[in-house]
Amino acid sequence: MTQGPSSIEQAGGGRPLPPLARAARTGTRNRAPAGGGKTAYLFLAPYLVLFTVFVAFPAVYGLWVSFHSWDLLLPNKPWVGLGNYRTLLDPGTATGGDFWQSMKATAIFTVFAVPLLVVLPLGVALILNQKFRGRNFFRAVYFAPYVLGVAVIGVLWTLLLDPNIGVVNYYLEKVGAPENIAWTTSLPWAWIALVGVTVWWTLGYNAVIYLAGLQDIPRELYEAAKVDAASRWGRFRHVTLPGLRPVLVFVITITILASANMFGQAWLITGGAPGNETRTAIMFIAQEGLQNFRLGTAAAMSFVLAFFLMLVSLVTFFFFRERRSS
Amino acid sequence: MTAVATEPRRQGARPRRALLTVLASYLALIALTVVFVAPLVYMASTAFKSNQEATRIEPTWVPREPTTEPFNAILSRSEQTPVFRWFLNSMIAAIGQALLVVATASLAAYALARMEFRGKRVMTALIISTLFVPPIIFLMPTYLILDELRWLDSLLAVTIPGAAGALGVFLLRQFFLSLPKELEEAAVLDGASPFKIFWRVILPLSKPALATLFLLAFLTNWNDFLLPLFVLFSPESLTLPPGLGLLQGSYTTSYEIIMAGAVVATVPALVLFILAQRFVIEGVAATGIKG
Repeated sequence: MTQGPSSIEQAGGGRPLPPLARAARTGTRNRAPAGGGKTAYLFLAPYLVLFTVFVAFPAVYGLWVSFHSWDLLLPNKPWVGLGNYRTLLDPGTATGGDFWQSMKATAIFTVFAVPLLVVLPLGVALILNQKFRGRNFFRAVYFAPYVLGVAVIGVLWTLLLDPNIGVVNYYLEKVGAPENIAWTTSLPWAWIALVGVTVWWTLGYNAVIYLAGLQDIPRELYEAAKVDAASRWGRFRHVTLPGLRPVLVFVITITILASANMFGQAWLITGGAPGNETRTAIMFIAQEGLQNFRLGTAAAMSFVLAFFLMLVSLVTFFFFRERRSS
Repeated sequence: MTAVATEPRRQGARPRRALLTVLASYLALIALTVVFVAPLVYMASTAFKSNQEATRIEPTWVPREPTTEPFNAILSRSEQTPVFRWFLNSMIAAIGQALLVVATASLAAYALARMEFRGKRVMTALIISTLFVPPIIFLMPTYLILDELRWLDSLLAVTIPGAAGALGVFLLRQFFLSLPKELEEAAVLDGASPFKIFWRVILPLSKPALATLFLLAFLTNWNDFLLPLFVLFSPESLTLPPGLGLLQGSYTTSYEIIMAGAVVATVPALVLFILAQRFVIEGVAATGIKG
């Protein structure tokens, strides 16, 4: 939008400069609009210290650790090269088997949560995009669970989903559902619980992003569609959806990534039960590295998971870009 | 109940159908409101129940015999679960991190948006590209670095690393790029130093953006669960989110006590959200549009 320091040059390019601008131009010869060179590095320094110590260095250090048998409880941390990765990629080994089980759990959760979290918030955003009284109130109410954080959500739903005294079972039994559904310790209920809670928790977040996107679609397009006597569905199909495409891609991408990073809900609500069925990849990595202190294996698992996540993001991105150009 | 218009509506166009749409919309909105509010009401109501009432099969939405006993319990029996201490810890960490984010990100973003220096493009690309790196790869090395710094089990461990994220720099850079350059040019003419321009001209204009970033950073830290769960160990150094996990582990069936803890963790976030609703929601919306 705004260009680099050359914008002054460009602005005056060819045309005679007004006196003030000329003064500004000479004034900026020694000093760019707001300083440069050393000053810039001074401004950047505090953030760069943080960035180096807690982003750039750990990224490399994590890779280094993943090439070692890095057990905090043992004095030696021998180099094993790709050994950790080889173990992981072999589902026959104990660690490899557990890891792929946790990757499967993450995949199951993502496959069920993402469609709901892409479609339902869009519906809510479409309702909220109408002009009516109290619109901001409803928007705030639906967003509210998101500001609470996963720990509150986790303990709250543990209470609500309690098989014996939880309100969910109480009302479900009133309408004829089976008694004492074990939401946290049996399948498929544990998955339904985790997906449902996550939808409840983050629906408002996605809806707010959609709503901003909807408000960016020019009104004239709807007017034109009405002149062409397009039906409500036709307007949605030919105006709303194409206008929303970049936002849609964004929502799909962040929802896939967030779902694949699911941890707190499973940790607090199911604890990975039944068995290890709902133990997600993040949960297994954290336990392996920070409870069993096998950081080398855990670091290697982080990179394998990250590899898959970046692959999925790329596929999403190109899938939608292709569709657009065709 | 009047002004519902589905897009600018032509007057008198099928009024009955329009009325139905209005009714259906309001019904949907109210049903959704119940779904979103009821669990929170139940949390608050349980926090004021006796254990007997909290574990009854028949749920009560308003406590029959309201009591503050659950709060007394978590505030007094405080050796293993010092909830008040967790509250303070959470406050210190969240405010500390939010201030650190606003201070470092605004300086860095200003340099990236407005100054010329060697390696600017590479640095901008490097910082922003980290937004796309799955955060899990940082967990193990961060733990080892915190261990090396002797920060484990201290508030520093949950205050400082999170401030290194690139989102603040990204959002503020976008914002600074949108400000007209003439603002600074006038100040340069007056011979103001770059820092003075930043402090006197840019920051005052950026108050809404800085407030938004502060709020988002505060809430993110306030709710952070994964890192504090594994880098804080002793009961007195926990923040509220891992503390709630500990409460759940220690008082398995005393739901009223766990909910009292949840209420303590909820109230500040919710109050902040209600007071500054527009900033929070527009901040989130902005990450979507610009992302």
